[in-house]
Amino acid sequence: MQAEIIISGFGGQGTLYAGQVLAYAAMDEGKHVTWIPSYGPEMRGGTANCTVVISDDEIGAPTALHPTAVIAMNLPSLDKYEPMIKPGGYLVVNEDMVNRPAVRDDIHVLMVPANKIAQEIGNERAANMVLLGTLEGNMHLLKEGALERALEDHTAARLKKFITMNIEALHRGAEYLAA
Amino acid sequence: MALELIKGNIAIAEAAMRAGLISYFGYPITPQTELLEHLSARMPELGRAFVQAESELGAINMVYGAACTGLRTMTSSSSPGVSLMQEGLSYISGTELPVVIVDVVRGGPGLGNIAPSQADYTQLVHGGGHGEYHLIVLAPASVQEAVDLTGMAFDIAEKYRMVVCLLLDGSLGQMMEPVELPEFKPVRTTPPAWAVGSPDSKERVVMTSINIDPPTQERFNVKMMTRWQEVEKNEVRYKGYYLEDAEYVVVGFGTAGRIALSAVRAAREQGLKIGLLRPISLSPFPTKAVDELADRVKGFLVVEMSNGQMLDDITSIVARRVPVEFYGRMGGMVPYPDEIASAINDLVQGEHDVDVDARGKWLAKMRELVGTGE
Repeated sequence: MQAEIIISGFGGQGTLYAGQVLAYAAMDEGKHVTWIPSYGPEMRGGTANCTVVISDDEIGAPTALHPTAVIAMNLPSLDKYEPMIKPGGYLVVNEDMVNRPAVRDDIHVLMVPANKIAQEIGNERAANMVLLGTLEGNMHLLKEGALERALEDHTAARLKKFITMNIEALHRGAEYLAA
Repeated sequence: MALELIKGNIAIAEAAMRAGLISYFGYPITPQTELLEHLSARMPELGRAFVQAESELGAINMVYGAACTGLRTMTSSSSPGVSLMQEGLSYISGTELPVVIVDVVRGGPGLGNIAPSQADYTQLVHGGGHGEYHLIVLAPASVQEAVDLTGMAFDIAEKYRMVVCLLLDGSLGQMMEPVELPEFKPVRTTPPAWAVGSPDSKERVVMTSINIDPPTQERFNVKMMTRWQEVEKNEVRYKGYYLEDAEYVVVGFGTAGRIALSAVRAAREQGLKIGLLRPISLSPFPTKAVDELADRVKGFLVVEMSNGQMLDDITSIVARRVPVEFYGRMGGMVPYPDEIASAINDLVQGEHDVDVDARGKWLAKMRELVGTGE
């Protein structure tokens, strides 16, 4: 098994952090995993993204031209990555940040009002966790509860107060299932 | 032991401290800065020396001085900074001092950019500084390998009293992977017998690379070249994948090597008998491994994030027994496995001409693919 996941959005939306939570969870399950951010000019404006590769075997390339799944947190990310997803793959979109539906019909598309849900549970910045919850709720890359355990085990001390909210965000996101 | 998820740059810094690094001298430059930044916080906590020099020239000469004590010292930089250090590396080599340096290579030439590249192969493997000397050059392809090689680099540097350089690129520096960090080794604080400040030396110790008398200099060079023969005998490292039944072999190191692994697996799924040779020591080079493969495979594909600097070494070893083709990206561009897979298909279906001008063929393709900007 190998899955490549790109998480992309504006800087500040927590795309890199969402990728790290996924990577920690994969590591704790004994998987091979890589997390690589885009770095360079695109960090200043435009999209901030990371690629997470999870595998049962030694990982070759840490990036993918045709990823298994994409979390698009804004319109530029949707425009850029929708065409690249492997047929049969997953596209999780922050519906609150785009003005169009996805056009591919050969992939699983999940439109999630992540900002709205995150506001409901108390902090718009949890939108990344909502979308990560949707991704894992559909793809089952890891064992049940792996992301929750990763948040509990790897959140820095000064951020521990956000764990409960982030876990709720994961659960709310996981309610969105592909048709 | 528990695994940690950390970036390559920080993993190397941690591994160096755990190997007993007692002093670090450096100057910030992207994409290496996190390595230095991490040490700037941790070294003082451990009661060890961290000095941000006024420039790379300052840093390498501070390392030169510190290494005269025989205690564990290092610096790190990125391509333009390493160019500035070349004079110092030649002096350090000419003084037989153990030093570890890290080059997180970036796109060039010139100031270039901060994106991943392997274009410092020639400057490190074939000597960017003056005079006849060798660096030991190690190219990790994963964060764990970077950790393991960092610890080993200090041991080898001391064993041969030579400079050991870790060559990696920004994508490995920025990438997080699970790693097992080694335990902290005790820090050596007493200079060895040969070094300045050793309690064992009865006479004044003079450390210098100046040899004003040519016969003396020649004798020294014979000694160092003889030592290099030992290095070539003992320190060659590489990793082979699917080589047993391989009909064609891809050769790539570091990031290009691990990307090639994805392409090789894809080719295997298509039923093509492709193997991968990933040199870990670039200097000394795994010459024998390539030489033996050249006797039994139908062709090679060299993959690099440069204009084919290792290609020339492979071509020379293979010596027209089988064709050697090339695929590379330059200037900070990183190939996708798909591009390498396509180059593998070209190799397998190609004309098998041993006189192929691999670089010329590739360059013609690149002119079509990316243009010349003119």
